[in-house]
Amino acid sequence: MTYIRRLPSFEYVSASTVKEACAVLSNNKGKVKILAGGTDLLVQMKERKVVPEYVIGLKQISGLNKIEENGKAGLRIGTLVTHHEIARSPQMQENFTCLAKACEKIGTPQVRNLGTIGGNLCNAGPSADSAPALLALGAVLTLQTGRGERQVPLEKFFTGPFSTILEEDELLTFITIPHLKGKSGSAYHYLTKRTAVDETLVGAAAALSLKAGDDVCEDVKIGLCSVAPTPIRALKAESKLKGKKLTDGLIEEASRIASGESRPRSWAEYRRDMVAVMVKRAVTEAWHRAAANKKGSGK
Amino acid sequence: MKRPVELTVNGVLYKLEIEPRRTLLEVIREIIGLTGTKRGCDRGNCGSCTVIMDQKPIASCLVLAVEAHGKNITTIEGVADHGHLHPLQEAFLEHGAIQCGFCTPGMVMSAKALIDNNQAPLESEIKEAISGNLCRCGGYARIVKAIASVKAKS
Repeated sequence: MTYIRRLPSFEYVSASTVKEACAVLSNNKGKVKILAGGTDLLVQMKERKVVPEYVIGLKQISGLNKIEENGKAGLRIGTLVTHHEIARSPQMQENFTCLAKACEKIGTPQVRNLGTIGGNLCNAGPSADSAPALLALGAVLTLQTGRGERQVPLEKFFTGPFSTILEEDELLTFITIPHLKGKSGSAYHYLTKRTAVDETLVGAAAALSLKAGDDVCEDVKIGLCSVAPTPIRALKAESKLKGKKLTDGLIEEASRIASGESRPRSWAEYRRDMVAVMVKRAVTEAWHRAAANKKGSGK
Repeated sequence: MKRPVELTVNGVLYKLEIEPRRTLLEVIREIIGLTGTKRGCDRGNCGSCTVIMDQKPIASCLVLAVEAHGKNITTIEGVADHGHLHPLQEAFLEHGAIQCGFCTPGMVMSAKALIDNNQAPLESEIKEAISGNLCRCGGYARIVKAIASVKAKS
């Protein structure tokens, strides 16, 4: 653990619009850090790993702290929505179970009340719990600059440990998750070294939908964290399951494939073995949730 | 450059001029002078600096004071009512849920945030509520009992 000191001096800018934040970013490239919940950034600054000249606060920008229906696109989550708000939202628990569960796992209650979903993604730690859940849910990110905005699927966002495709003047503003179709369900399972506060050792999220009337897996996505340089999808495991009638045996096979797709560095053998266990649990729970989902076909 | 910041702490409005680099914890302890809130790890892991802001327990070491502008904050000093201990504080004393005392303010704040919103928490909810508060004396069992006794009384 690195020695901690008081925060270094910086110029604080409270942005009141996304445009204003982007302008500060673009006029001071490389010297600015964006402050969302602060639970990662302030620690990195106290450790002097990051010493920005400017810190932009986003809290005055309206709309970034809301969860809203966005028509056909799905549910739009503002970058400043806290882990606590997602974990405790009945809508999230019901329809996006894996994400609610992942956000409930992050940090401690005192940290979840501050930390934001956008911050968790932009910090881009390999062990970011929200990432596998959002990968499984097919999340799309809205990235904005003064020049305009682009929509990027989350799986294209991470480029390495603690690095992303974000340009120096670009801001993550919204995360959109499409509604799962048909009889669907999702789940997140994880292991930690010891307790609640510890980093995730292996995290696996699964979201799947069933064909109406039987146990055929119509679509499935599996997200993993802490087992590769970035959070990843287990694409081969997904294709093993897609279009097939789900059985415990098939899920077992797919879990072993997912284990082969992981590329853990430390505790490699153990983590690889546990990927199989966590994926099996997550897919099985998602399956049972989908089967019990009374909404049936349609949305 | 200092900025004007208004904080309501335990019902008292403080109009201050604060450097952006100052955390809410530093301002509460060093500028306002309320030292009941403790500085432990200063990185959001230990829970000693827990205060209640907008009805929620937060780590005051991870908040810039300038970003707490206009907020309503309760610290351990605001828990007792005119010299009368809060039932939670009574319960901590009764159950011997204090040893060295360093974690106690944070524990009480986390527990208060819980019972303010949930009058009859389950034991699992109590444990979850204090999961972000470390007690290095290892007094967890008595702390959980103390918090549970408050719900039993009310």
